[in-house]
Amino acid sequence: MTTLNTAPNLERADDFYAALLSAHDGLEEAEMHALNARLILVLANHIGDQTVLEAAIEAAKIPPPEAQT
Amino acid sequence: MVAVRYKTAFKLYPYEKVADQDVPAPKRHPVVIVGGGPIGMGLALDLGKSGVPCLVLDDHDGVGTGSRAICFAKRTLEICDRLGCGDPMVDKGVVWNVGRVYRDEREVYNFNLLPEEGHKRPAFINLQQPYFEQFLVEEIRRQQAAGAPIEIRGKNCVTAMDQKADHVVLDIDTPDGPYRLEADYLVACDGANSPTRAMMGLDFDGRVFEDNFLIADIKMTADFPTERRFWFDPPFNRGETALLHKQPDDVWRLDFQLGWDIDREAELKPERISDRVAAMIGADIDFELVWTSIYTFRCCTMDDYRHGRVFFAGDAAHQVSPFGARGANGGMQDVDNLGWKLAAVINDGADDALLDSYHDERKLGAMENIKNSSRTADFLTPRNPAHRLFRDAVLDLVEHHAFARPLVNSGRLSQPCTYDASALNSPDALPDGPKQTRPGSPCPDAPLADGHLLDKLGGRFTVLAIGADDPGNFTIANTEIDVLTLSASDDTTGAVATRYLGQNPSAIYLIRPDQHIAARWAKCDADAINQAVARALAGKTK
Repeated sequence: MTTLNTAPNLERADDFYAALLSAHDGLEEAEMHALNARLILVLANHIGDQTVLEAAIEAAKIPPPEAQT
Repeated sequence: MVAVRYKTAFKLYPYEKVADQDVPAPKRHPVVIVGGGPIGMGLALDLGKSGVPCLVLDDHDGVGTGSRAICFAKRTLEICDRLGCGDPMVDKGVVWNVGRVYRDEREVYNFNLLPEEGHKRPAFINLQQPYFEQFLVEEIRRQQAAGAPIEIRGKNCVTAMDQKADHVVLDIDTPDGPYRLEADYLVACDGANSPTRAMMGLDFDGRVFEDNFLIADIKMTADFPTERRFWFDPPFNRGETALLHKQPDDVWRLDFQLGWDIDREAELKPERISDRVAAMIGADIDFELVWTSIYTFRCCTMDDYRHGRVFFAGDAAHQVSPFGARGANGGMQDVDNLGWKLAAVINDGADDALLDSYHDERKLGAMENIKNSSRTADFLTPRNPAHRLFRDAVLDLVEHHAFARPLVNSGRLSQPCTYDASALNSPDALPDGPKQTRPGSPCPDAPLADGHLLDKLGGRFTVLAIGADDPGNFTIANTEIDVLTLSASDDTTGAVATRYLGQNPSAIYLIRPDQHIAARWAKCDADAINQAVARALAGKTK
């Protein structure tokens, strides 16, 4: 795989989302940030492909509201 | 008057009055090197061995005190082998290959820098910089005795310079007053605060890192392992980093990260430093402070390393953080690159454009070093909350998951630069040849039946024929070409085949005087070799 898949791809989207939220239950704000940082690194390693990762970093940068059409 | 900028550990080239100081018209020298540090002396040795007359001007008369640079990489040792002084360095130095990274008191990661067998030289030796300089100067003295045209003038301080169309005029101050001389070529090896650069009004831009580090070199007898040990957040330096490294003479390098807002004077008090040391090594071990220093660092480079007849090398041209040992090691690659090119132009009439390739190739090397050393600094000294967040995430993960190990950055240790896309390279013509020996690469070493490969290469262009017919003799563009033929019986371990042949039954390599590969083919073709030598000496984009 060398291109970032931005089409719906989650097998069970609601279950993933619920699992993501529950991982944050009871965490202080700093702990939440730390968890998310670790999660990003774990997922990045799984993806591995530098081109895909750079595209993902770009995709995550949502333009500011005035730039949206 | 020649100002004393630093204390010297020992005199190596005391001031002596010379005839140049009393002549009515300035004497012209082919190459003048400003600065007698490792880079200046290394270059003088390289040029002198090639028969290029060179003069080193140093405003001191010996080697500065303090261990300073202590890690010398395999490539530097290979260059010093070519220059004739690798043995005393390795004999005196402490060989190490293993690094360990700790968080708090737990080891989280270790690495071996030389997993590959069959190299004459180790990944690194630790050696105090004064020794490194001393061994270079001792080899210069041996070469001088054998007739090499090298001259060193101590306490000769360049106070002004003026670049003309075909030479440079230098005003020099000495204990006997000023004199003037001229140089066809000038090489500034006068360090990170290069007075030559300042006199020419040239910029030195880059990033300053807001952090202080304390070096404490101590003498002790301890049976700590001969490894690079690095700590994140150790109990003896909470929230910061620390490093422990062995040097010769029972001296150990301790390096403590201090942070940005410190009371420098208080931190440099011997009692304060001794308390830090005792907390690190244990209160029961006796030690003596040998050298202490607080440093900050920056990653900077000049735009151009060549300005007409003036060249900049080593820290004068580029500066990096100490993490990764890319300062002196990078500078020695400058020497390796510039020496043969100046010799080719001065001795053999090669085109002046060859000298432009010094900037092209070494700027590439310097940018690689700056990139690596800046990334290490970003890891060690997070500049904003996001940097710290991910740094800590990596350190949290590495204790549980192997995948995070490559992200831990306590220094990416010096590697030689491969000059991909250099105008001196010819297109790769060895089908599926090993990547590590593509044109532009430094030759990897390999054991042979009667020694090591690198000991047979360098100083001149070499045609290396492996498993091929003897290509005969070459003299191209006034340049004598050495020929080295190797057969399967020379390749006792198969390393030559792995590193130079891949799946090919034979290969021909054209190797530059600095042991970098200029071209390679599957079979011998005299015309192709001629063209490749011409291209490697032309320095122009084809």
